[in-house]
Amino acid sequence: MTGDSKKLRIGFIPLADAAALIIAVDKGFAKEEGLDVELIREVSWSNMRDKLNIGLFDAAHLLAPVAIASSLGLGHVKVPIVAPFNLGLNGNAITVTNDLYKALTDNARGDLKDPKVSARALADVVAERRRKGRDPLNFGMTFPFSTHNYQLRFWMASGGVDPDQDLRMVVLPPPYMVDSISSGHVDAFCVGAPWNSVAVDLGIAHILHFVSEILQRATEKVLAVRASWAKENPDTFRRLVRAHGKAADFVEDGKNREEICQILSAQTRIGVAPEVIRRTLDGKLKVSPSGDYRESDRYLMVGRLGAARPDPVQAAWLYAQMVRWGHAPLSNEMLAASKAVFRTDLYDSILGKGAPLPPSEPGDGVGAFAGPAFNSDDIAGHISTWKIRRW
Amino acid sequence: MLPDPSLKIVIVDESPVRAAILEDGLREAGHTQVVHIDDTANLLARVYALDPDVVLIDLENPSRDVLEQMFQVSRVVKRPVAMFVDQSDTSSIQAAVDAGISAYIVDGLKKERIKHILDMCISRFNAFSRLEGELEQAKTALEERKVIDRAKGILMKMKSLSEEEAYTLMRKTAMNEKKKIADIAQSIITAAEMLK
Repeated sequence: MTGDSKKLRIGFIPLADAAALIIAVDKGFAKEEGLDVELIREVSWSNMRDKLNIGLFDAAHLLAPVAIASSLGLGHVKVPIVAPFNLGLNGNAITVTNDLYKALTDNARGDLKDPKVSARALADVVAERRRKGRDPLNFGMTFPFSTHNYQLRFWMASGGVDPDQDLRMVVLPPPYMVDSISSGHVDAFCVGAPWNSVAVDLGIAHILHFVSEILQRATEKVLAVRASWAKENPDTFRRLVRAHGKAADFVEDGKNREEICQILSAQTRIGVAPEVIRRTLDGKLKVSPSGDYRESDRYLMVGRLGAARPDPVQAAWLYAQMVRWGHAPLSNEMLAASKAVFRTDLYDSILGKGAPLPPSEPGDGVGAFAGPAFNSDDIAGHISTWKIRRW
Repeated sequence: MLPDPSLKIVIVDESPVRAAILEDGLREAGHTQVVHIDDTANLLARVYALDPDVVLIDLENPSRDVLEQMFQVSRVVKRPVAMFVDQSDTSSIQAAVDAGISAYIVDGLKKERIKHILDMCISRFNAFSRLEGELEQAKTALEERKVIDRAKGILMKMKSLSEEEAYTLMRKTAMNEKKKIADIAQSIITAAEMLK
């Protein structure tokens, strides 16, 4: 035993992709590792970032791009972050109002379930609104440095929609998304579970896409700690990652699903009905008010198919989006620093090297629906292939 | 540092009492242009319309993430706004987060000009949570008092004890069982109701 602190404070946002963290604590995997963890429910990503940065939290359930932005010092104080474990891949969805859904359907040249078709249809809707002198559409997302922001931009820009010129991207806290759709403040949003389902259940919106239809593998949330903390508490750090490894396995074991949904649905955790969490974990969502369902085995991946193992290619992809949209300058140093946030080496040394990814997984590690394969060493090349960009 | 009446300050806080306490403090310090937003619908548009130099927001407010969008310049932004803190400022961010408040200022505004504003807000936020804590304690004490009085009444009736004897009995039991006297009182009430 070292002199590390074994008493930890960890922040989370009430979302389904906090599952591995919540199960690690509430199911006793952290305790088995000798850790005494207090989970603290947070209301905003800004709070999460600040409380992690100044040491009020030892670890955090964090948006993957925030971990990178913090490490690069983008828009805020520079605090190097280490992400040794992915809490989830994918899990977001794009939801649109019934009106916008109808407009997209009217303009679709092909199957609207195909993101190429839907992105082009959106471009047509945008052009039509402009001709008629109507206000631009508003798209809600959860945070400036969020997967949601970059996923929406990637999708719509491929169809010729400029997210900065042709419509408005607005940040909305997830619990306000549904209200904002019903009050007409936004026409669409990209958010994680359970908020898409809540809007569809109310009959006011359609789920247009699971984000896994846009990117086959997209690192969504990471377990994040300060690099300095990891260095000062090596033993506790290892225990924490081990507890997460066990928790993710437990979450992915289908026979535990009911118990997991019960644990996650507690008021002090995610605080929604177990059934809603179940749909998310099963990847089977009601996508239209009339009751159509869509099912995907890639909707939210907690540990399966190497989902928990950090991949620097994913960090590079997110950094590339930041550069593309003018949110970060391009430099080799920053690219290297971004990749260094996602610590495959630490994951492997603590949990053992994962098996190579099966052939079902995309060769470039991302699997985008449009554009050439992603090369994480050539960010400039990647961005140059896109007409719509701020770089 | 002299107050700077030219600064326009927006307070985003869903607690009207705390916002009023903050507003008073700012006015006392000579700031005349203070606006309180309590409803966060369409927050970014409202903040842009007011065009403030400083925005203060409480950390319990999920809409803090909305303000973060001001960093990422897009075409709706009239002028960039940056967080109060920079690399050299970890102690003030710590104090602010501990107190439960965050501040955003217009880019280029010298931070010395608003240091006293943040300091004042931090101390008022801390004072407010102390007050809230004391109020909560007073409420709990009052509730406990009521429970103890009821249990005392039950004991006096059922065991023909004097008021003092009933209280002594509860206190002794609480000490023996290492529990709070209010918890013992609650058990007596529960038991009495079951045995009715």
